[in-house]
Amino acid sequence: MEQQITCINCPVGCRMTVTVEDGKVTNVTGNTCKRGVAYAEQECVAPQRMVTAVITVADRKTPVSVKTRTPIPKVKIFECMKQLANTEVKAPVHMGDVVCANVCGTGVDVIATKTVE
Amino acid sequence: MNLSPELRSQVMYVDVLIVGAGPAGMAAAIAAREAGVDNLLVLEREQNMGGILRQCIHNGFGLHRFKEELTGPEYAQRDIDKVKELGIEVRTGTTVLSIDEDRFVTAISRDKGVQMFEAGAIILAMGCRERPRGALATPGTRCAGVYSAGTAQKFVNLEGYMPGKRCVILGSGDIGLIMARRMTLQGAKVLACVELMPYSSGLNRNIVQCLQDYDIPLYLSHTVIDIEGKERLSGVTVAQVDANRQPIPGTEKHFDCDTLLLSVGLIPENELTEMAHVEMSALTAGAIVDDSLQTSKEGIFACGNVLHVHDLVDFVSAESFKAGKAAAEYVQGKKRVGKYVNLKDGNGVRGVVPQKLLVPEGEAETVQIMFRPAGVYKNATVRVMDGDREVARLKKLIFTPGEMAELNLKPEVIKGLSGGDVTIQIEQ
Repeated sequence: MEQQITCINCPVGCRMTVTVEDGKVTNVTGNTCKRGVAYAEQECVAPQRMVTAVITVADRKTPVSVKTRTPIPKVKIFECMKQLANTEVKAPVHMGDVVCANVCGTGVDVIATKTVE
Repeated sequence: MNLSPELRSQVMYVDVLIVGAGPAGMAAAIAAREAGVDNLLVLEREQNMGGILRQCIHNGFGLHRFKEELTGPEYAQRDIDKVKELGIEVRTGTTVLSIDEDRFVTAISRDKGVQMFEAGAIILAMGCRERPRGALATPGTRCAGVYSAGTAQKFVNLEGYMPGKRCVILGSGDIGLIMARRMTLQGAKVLACVELMPYSSGLNRNIVQCLQDYDIPLYLSHTVIDIEGKERLSGVTVAQVDANRQPIPGTEKHFDCDTLLLSVGLIPENELTEMAHVEMSALTAGAIVDDSLQTSKEGIFACGNVLHVHDLVDFVSAESFKAGKAAAEYVQGKKRVGKYVNLKDGNGVRGVVPQKLLVPEGEAETVQIMFRPAGVYKNATVRVMDGDREVARLKKLIFTPGEMAELNLKPEVIKGLSGGDVTIQIEQ
């Protein structure tokens, strides 16, 4: 199967054609450098994204910003957002605190990116 | 400043006064303190340090400076912690009202009222503002629901409010792209991102991860030609534009929406700079500076987005460290002696910073020059010309207006300059 993707490594933005067979990248064309191949191998087989959001802090008017500690599978983004929409934390929350462990069974924790005293 | 003896006694002297505690102001303060300035004061209009980073909850900051990917609040916190650790005095909730060329500064805050300062050096680090709807001359009604992208970002990320449910984004700068994703993730439908130019000024990464990931169409060479709605926005009309950016009749598309976000450019916030009669550049909309970030007024320095709009905060910090160090050296009486040469924009180059370069009598240091390409240039070379003589060059696969270009002038190159104007140009 062939997929068309744009490389995100630099402003050149190579349009690459990626051949995927049996869940493995077998050919990449259109790339200018080897970073394109590495990106295609991740993006066409198991695309991942960081998710950042805000969640409610109990008894506070303003929310706290959070992120997944590492990227999660792209297909899990909306499920992750849904779980975070139903998550509430109590102050104080410190930057780096886990606010939602193992989000959507990804094995990845969601952590606070700011401190609310 | 002519003051009565009573008022005069209220003036506080500071060696280095910094306006703004965003990433630029914080970095400048840290560098000034580390260079030995004890009497240092930072004035910040908002209640918190951190500037616009506080609302940029997405990640991607800090790759150059910290070699890791941070969110905006995390990046800001590292500087906030450092500022606190160094014991630097920061007055938040304090708005600077005026600055003059003798470095007399007035400011106001709720708890301290009007405050007056005399500064040995001033560092301007006020950042930039978004270009508003009024600057676009788009026809339509004055309905609610039209926001600048950064305002919407503040609502969603800091206040926890959603500005709307069905959204069109005008402009494809990075803030617009980031907000397209943010609105989508919070449950809004983003119908389109509309860009006047034939290319996006946003990063490829953001086009892929903020638009393509969510099947949001990007209409290049299109613009909004009508804004409709009585009290609340009810829809916008979008049309394709020709090479002169004029709408082409017959290409109109209508979108029913309750929200229009504008991501149509950033403007350095230079009202205070102009009060001090600092010489300005029409191209960067910031001050004209030399390689130490000093403006045309002695002892007044500028750095970060108030000087020229950057793409990456990492570069704002780097520039501001230089400004902080230079301001410290200025108040410590270290004179820079030499001859100035002008750096000029040549073909394909817009807004070289710095605009002036000191060829010192003693040893020279490497100087980084930055500029924005005027268009998209592939397989092109930037040439630095001293008259007809090329003194430096940089080849790249692509130059785009969306990415600030930078180039280093080595000490031996600077020492070898003839003294005439130096021109930076792009050749394809």
